[in-house]
Amino acid sequence: MEATVVQTGTEGKTWGGGDSPLKASYGKLMMWFFIVSDSLTFSGFLAAYGLSRFKFADIWPIPDEVFTHFPFLHGVEAPMYYVAFMTFVLIFSSVTMVLAVDAGSKMQKGKVTFYLFLTIIGGFVFLSSQAWEWATFIKGDYGAVETKGGEIIQFLDKDGSRVALDDFAALATTPRTEHTKENGIWYKKEAEFYPEVSLDQVKAGFLANDNLLIRIQQKDENGNHIVLSRAESISKLEKDGQLIVKGANLRHNEYGHPLFADFFFFITGFHGFHVSIGVLLNCIIFFNVLIGTYERRGSYEMVEKVGLYWHFVDLVWVFVFTFFYLV
Amino acid sequence: MAHEHEHKLAIFRGTLKFKSNIHKIWGVFVILSIVTIIEVVLGIIRPAFLLENDFLALKLLNWIFILLTIFKAYYITWDFMHIRDEVTAMRRAVVWTGVFLIAYLVTLLLIEGDYIYEVFNNGYIKFNF
Repeated sequence: MEATVVQTGTEGKTWGGGDSPLKASYGKLMMWFFIVSDSLTFSGFLAAYGLSRFKFADIWPIPDEVFTHFPFLHGVEAPMYYVAFMTFVLIFSSVTMVLAVDAGSKMQKGKVTFYLFLTIIGGFVFLSSQAWEWATFIKGDYGAVETKGGEIIQFLDKDGSRVALDDFAALATTPRTEHTKENGIWYKKEAEFYPEVSLDQVKAGFLANDNLLIRIQQKDENGNHIVLSRAESISKLEKDGQLIVKGANLRHNEYGHPLFADFFFFITGFHGFHVSIGVLLNCIIFFNVLIGTYERRGSYEMVEKVGLYWHFVDLVWVFVFTFFYLV
Repeated sequence: MAHEHEHKLAIFRGTLKFKSNIHKIWGVFVILSIVTIIEVVLGIIRPAFLLENDFLALKLLNWIFILLTIFKAYYITWDFMHIRDEVTAMRRAVVWTGVFLIAYLVTLLLIEGDYIYEVFNNGYIKFNF
């Protein structure tokens, strides 16, 4: 045997090969490699969000006024609670994941199975919560009017609380009919919003209710949106009002600047996509644990590698939480 | 071939030591939860004195949020992703690369955003860009 082995005389030396200075396997290193590059991607998105927010520093929506809903609590103002719940779900699923990794390093198949199962459940709970959050945001609540200049004006009563368009619009004046292609001179359909009320009805209703005021996007020095006087409100609506906006999509957003909605959809969507991939990977290794793949392989390192990805998703959410809901 | 990793069980620069890795995981979970609760409470109350005072053009409240976020990120990376247990070279390759590039990117983009804000307010363009 010895005769066929070529001795290079470099065994045990740094450049002799077979050395792993980082004391980590190839797969684990590549996972870290991916995580570093993916964190740069997310930073790019969040920094772009920061740029847009600095650009529109004094007209940006106040997150506490946008995300005020909690499932099954209708009409209750509950800012922050729902997203705090989502954060806890994700942190807790990170804990069960790291417990699974710990059990894996001790080759305890039963415990790995149990903790991975909990992690998958946590992932599904988070994804459904995010779906609900999106649906609520898209649906909107009070409705607003967009001006010719693209600003959003919202309606308040004299106590300063928001009033929904449907509540004051003069519904009796002219019935709202949907415009279809067949009735048009050119092939033009209804605008993407098909609100229950028309701009004329809102204008008539606003004029008829003396206690209604308009709030604009610009903020005062305390960071609250400026409320116009009655006379200013009437002239603003009459002169500039152009489009009824309810909820949010990529072009219009009843809560304020459309860029807020764009970044919200894009960044939370991209994060949610990562969570879905994480759930998929968790499911794959869960079944591999069940059929004993890693038991036969003699190492549960795959659980550790997927675990790294799962914690990374949690890490990103911590930043998304801060920059979309807190700051 | 079950290899038990050598886990470093002390956090807070050695002031808080845990008996086992599982204890440490739960300990870190408690710390992260407390920090999240502080953030949520501050986010709901928004204390006036933190909103009125600035430090380096940023409200004190926002500084607190950002610092607490980095605190949480540290414990997620160090203990959940157990980079605390990796060799120094690998830890630095991962953390320093990310930290320096992100700090650079964020600084440039935020300065640029502030510049555009000034153009809006002092230039000829009234609203849209």
